[in-house]
Amino acid sequence: MKSSIPNSQFKNPVINWIDTRLPIFTAMNEAVGTEHPTPKNLNYWWNFGSLAGVTLVIMIITGIALAMNYTAHVDHAFDSVERIMRDVNGGWLIRYIHMNGASFFFIVVYIHMARSLYYGSYKAPRELLWILGVVIYLLMMATAFLGYTLPWGQMSFWGATVITNFFSVIPFVGEPIVNWLLGGYTVDNPTLNRFYALHYLLPFVIAGVILLHIVALHRFGSNNPLGIDIKSDKDMIPFHPYYTIKDFFGLSVFLAIFCVFVFFLPNFLGHPDNYVPADPLSTPAHIVPEWYLSPFYAILRAVPDKLLGVLAMFGAIGILFILPWLDRSPVRSAHYRPMYRVFYVIFIVNMLALGYLGVQNPEGIYILLGRACTAWYFIHFLVIMPLLNIIETPKALPKSVSDPIFSSGSSSLSPAASRKSK
Amino acid sequence: MSKKKSRRDFIVIASYSMGAVGAGAAIWPIINQMNPAADTLAMASTEVNIGALEIGQALTVKWRGKPVFIRRRTENEINESRQVDINSLRDPQADEERVQKDEWLVVMGVCTHLGCVPLGQKTGDGKGDYGGWFCPCHGSHYDISGRIRKGPAPENLEVPPYSFISDNVIKIG
Ligand code: HEM
Ligand code: FES
Repeated sequence: MKSSIPNSQFKNPVINWIDTRLPIFTAMNEAVGTEHPTPKNLNYWWNFGSLAGVTLVIMIITGIALAMNYTAHVDHAFDSVERIMRDVNGGWLIRYIHMNGASFFFIVVYIHMARSLYYGSYKAPRELLWILGVVIYLLMMATAFLGYTLPWGQMSFWGATVITNFFSVIPFVGEPIVNWLLGGYTVDNPTLNRFYALHYLLPFVIAGVILLHIVALHRFGSNNPLGIDIKSDKDMIPFHPYYTIKDFFGLSVFLAIFCVFVFFLPNFLGHPDNYVPADPLSTPAHIVPEWYLSPFYAILRAVPDKLLGVLAMFGAIGILFILPWLDRSPVRSAHYRPMYRVFYVIFIVNMLALGYLGVQNPEGIYILLGRACTAWYFIHFLVIMPLLNIIETPKALPKSVSDPIFSSGSSSLSPAASRKSK
Repeated sequence: MSKKKSRRDFIVIASYSMGAVGAGAAIWPIINQMNPAADTLAMASTEVNIGALEIGQALTVKWRGKPVFIRRRTENEINESRQVDINSLRDPQADEERVQKDEWLVVMGVCTHLGCVPLGQKTGDGKGDYGGWFCPCHGSHYDISGRIRKGPAPENLEVPPYSFISDNVIKIG
């Protein structure tokens, strides 16, 4: 070998040969390996990012397997899904994983987002990281909506009808835009075909945005439960093996719960009406969205005006984009923000309430509650968040991530910290 | 600014603009292919025999893939829909403007909110607070002239183009 080639430093000669020419192993090492320093105080709420990634992979693999057996035609779609369930080898398993996987994807991402809200991970300098996350969330909702149309049951059909009609509120060009989206005057075969094409495409777009999300993450590294900046090497441990093993442990717990649903409660999170073939002439008496879209559906219904209702619904998601500028408090973690902490809990309860209300009939007390919770959603972001910075006195922040450990009198350093400080 | 520089600027802007126009022209067919195709646009018309409908009965037929509600209204229902103060309506329209023959109401069975099919065609369906139709999706109430009275829908049920070919047959479309 000519000594003029700068060599990589891997022990395995094959890996070394490859990495010298194509530094993918170095890149991996810097992403999730020993060369990626990570705050040493991350708790289990930090598991959900990698879980979301694993779930996406599960969705893509099972999705491609389903695509090998699925027929995107209004006359055959429903039957082809039934065939997957009854005749295709292991088809029921693949479909149940894909179906429940969508729900679990949202559970994981909602927890991941709630984590960011609690620990202020959206604040400077991680605004773009947060915004890319909201983009991923939007793409996920689009993908799940498109996928839900494919089995061509009653909920598929009427969900697609209602959601595409959102665009009819656009002044003047609303109708043409809806017809353009549908490829006709109603949800029909052209609609099903394009929804299938896009359902196949979007997960890969999501994968692309996740890449950007991770690049943005590695610019300043992970936030941490104390929400303070990392001061020195003492505050860090390498990602591998400490967080790889922790993530794997979290993954096995997650998969265990997931399997309970796939094998014992496969239809618990779904709606029985979607096992009725689509009928363009009759809307089911209770049309409800999948649970993960329910809070926004509640917001839509809370407003008794078509245009304002749709605007409120999109606004509820849009508001997340400007959150880093609504919350002016320089303190990140809710741990040191006594008032925000209370409002955070109220916000989560309010969100759950909206989710519950979105699947109830819009009658009587539910209408009133829906309006109250919708109002609170916007008040939380537009009034409480900016106001807190003025009226709240944050608690004193620790000097560094290592500080609370030392000052609490406990000298039980993590093995990594003691190794590093040697 | 020197003359030379502004000429250079012009060339740069002009070539960027041409590039943008070219890219737009190339993208347009990709966008346009999603619009309704020729066969979808060639909307057929439907002839419906309504001879068998008794007074008070309703019929749903399919036209352009959407349901059309045909209702043979009773004397009471007609009177009721004509006594409403038009100015109190969200989408003001007299019942006379919405029918060709008093007895026969022909409207699209598509809620003007977000496109669900309202209930009220079958006996036993809830007909809403105004005795016409009720949309279960987000709670819109229509009266017996198909006019929006309560709920989120902004407009009355649409009246499709139709004509009476004979006393017993109407042609929709
Ligand atoms: C972000 C990732 C994804 C999400 C959230 C998602 C979501 C969904 C949902 C909610 C359904 C309806 C399940 C049901 O009720 O039957 C579905 C169906 C389907 N998906 Fe996906 N999907 C994803 C990725 C993919 C990918 C990458 C493919 C193909 C390469 C795919 C192919 C299919 C097919 C063929 C169906 C129809 C069969 C069925 O309904 O079970 N999906 N998807
Ligand atoms: S679609 Fe009829 S009320 Fe919303």
